[in-house]
Amino acid sequence: MDIHEYQAKDILSGYGVKIAEGGLAYSPEDAVQRTREIGGHVWAVKAQIHSGARGKAGGIKICKTHDEVQAAASELLGKRLVTHQTGPSGKVCSRLYVEAGTDIAKELYFCFLVDRSSERIVMVGSAQGGMEIEELAINNPDAITKIYIEPAVGLQDYQAREMAFALGLQAEILSHAVKTIKGCYRALRDLDVSMLEINPLVVTRNGELVALDAKMGIDDNALFRQLKISELRDKTQEDPREMAAADRGLSYVGLDGDIGCMINGAGLAMATMDMIKLAGGEPANFLDVGGGASAERTEKAFRLVLADKGVKAMLVNIFAGINRCDWIAEGVVQAVRKIDMKVPLIVRLSGTNVEEGRRIIAESGLPIITADTLAEAAEKAVQARNEVVAKEAALEI
Amino acid sequence: MAIFINETTRIVVQGFTGKIGTFHAQDMINYGSNVVGGITPGKGGQTHLGLPVFNTAKEAVQQAGAEASIIFVPPAFAADSIMEAADAGIKYCVAITDGIPTQDMMTVKNFLRRFPKDQRMILTGPNCAGTISPGRAMLGIMPGHIYLQGNVGIVGRSGTLGYEAADQMKRLGIGVSTSVGIGGDPINGSSHRDILEHFENDPETKVVLMIGEIGGPQEVEAGLYAKEHMTKPVIAYIAGLTAPEGRRMGHAGAIISSAGESAAEKVALLKDLGVVICPTPAAMGDTVAAVLAAM
Repeated sequence: MDIHEYQAKDILSGYGVKIAEGGLAYSPEDAVQRTREIGGHVWAVKAQIHSGARGKAGGIKICKTHDEVQAAASELLGKRLVTHQTGPSGKVCSRLYVEAGTDIAKELYFCFLVDRSSERIVMVGSAQGGMEIEELAINNPDAITKIYIEPAVGLQDYQAREMAFALGLQAEILSHAVKTIKGCYRALRDLDVSMLEINPLVVTRNGELVALDAKMGIDDNALFRQLKISELRDKTQEDPREMAAADRGLSYVGLDGDIGCMINGAGLAMATMDMIKLAGGEPANFLDVGGGASAERTEKAFRLVLADKGVKAMLVNIFAGINRCDWIAEGVVQAVRKIDMKVPLIVRLSGTNVEEGRRIIAESGLPIITADTLAEAAEKAVQARNEVVAKEAALEI
Repeated sequence: MAIFINETTRIVVQGFTGKIGTFHAQDMINYGSNVVGGITPGKGGQTHLGLPVFNTAKEAVQQAGAEASIIFVPPAFAADSIMEAADAGIKYCVAITDGIPTQDMMTVKNFLRRFPKDQRMILTGPNCAGTISPGRAMLGIMPGHIYLQGNVGIVGRSGTLGYEAADQMKRLGIGVSTSVGIGGDPINGSSHRDILEHFENDPETKVVLMIGEIGGPQEVEAGLYAKEHMTKPVIAYIAGLTAPEGRRMGHAGAIISSAGESAAEKVALLKDLGVVICPTPAAMGDTVAAVLAAM
């Protein structure tokens, strides 16, 4: 789960990390009011969306008058911002963070993340901040310092000092840098943070170390013990279909294609989507219905897939293990009867009681296209989709 | 031979008396696995499914000679159960539980590394379907009947995609020595590479099918190992060609978050390392058959 910049900063501030003074705004009037409270002559009006690279997408405006703040806020609120992290559909900005302008002397890059290879937390820093780390990793990998943290003993002072020196920080702010770095690490450990990025971490002209941005991701598996963090969830930043799926215990990811999918198991779901692509189609979604695909669950999954009006055909691929094909088949037949399906349905069943399952589908009298193998299922789905598209085209003419 | 488990392996079930533990313990017993009891703290001394229940893993090892365990404990308590098993002297542990926090798994891995290698418990999972040595023993939640006994080792992150592979192979009359699910989490007990090493040392395994997916470095690390240390052919399929960057595809670990983690990149890197690539998930059986035929 991701949280907003202002939320992450609020948390970090409690751990001794210095942040610029700022406040939240839901309207242009709010934004102007915040600038009055903050004082000064320069403010940053920052779109709060769950994505990095907001600056490039026009999501951060530097303003010098209240009129400029008003105008920036009016422009950003309700705007859909597209970054390479949001995908083409972008994310709508409904909150702003108004912050006092910071007099920047130097921009640094700093983050903590879970390194899957070493199975440890790794601290990553670079004296060349402001840039995205991916670009830096390609263009100047030597400018990046990585320090791995032993989980049993945690981050040590010497490691924080090594990072501070690698960031090119001067002796005068060394103790503050160590405090900042250790504060970030404590937040990470206490709150099950899986990724914390401060880009940029800046040295101000007054010689202070300030977190100018903060991006924080929390381990979804740990939310059960991070109840306060769970409350920070902003549902407007998440795909409504994915949220609806999660509420029903289904795992769904919306994609840009037009062949809807319902599959059991994440790996088989990805593999089935691959087969659709190889057969010349594009999947509309990833959907794992899980192990216990009951009739009720099947119906919910159908409704979820078909809620996407772009779907031109739907493919069901179930490998019944603990499950039984006959139960799945009954669930599918029930779902199709209940829901007025307008698009062709292709069903492939495999595993336990497969013969019985196929018989139920065949005897249902419903226009369900069946397939025996994964390849056949994908081919038939693409073919059915193409026929639908051709028919639609003919109607338009 | 097979790896990790066979018909004599003495198995205990952690989280034995719960609904899921009970169901799968019975299924494993039906398959012929040598289940010798279970562990549910506070229910020690009772009998469940006709087998003894122990309070602790130490009791299960001391009194029932437990060698392997399977974990059905809920996510909040699963890491603790894994460490308990390791400390009690269990040799091989499968963690089925889905949803263990990443930091807990870091603690578990760190805990396991404290033991000298010859006394260190091997953990596979969490978030996996388990391990099966067909015809001998099942330590998992898979449908045992879809596996034919044979000489192909399977290692994979996904449950049902592993079933698909076993099923395709069975249709071609090809059997499996052992199939190991390593699970879909970002930090897991054993990596693809770890399992390849066991298959390389297993006389019964002739080739290995590795079923990977997007996210993380493990498939490529396994490919490097195969190139440098293995005499047996390795065949790989990587799921997730259509997966967009930065989105989590069901498994906690199935997310492309840095260079080299997409399916296309992994396939290209593995190909360079001499791994035989299954072009499509529908061709896993055929690709294994072709490699076997060429040997």
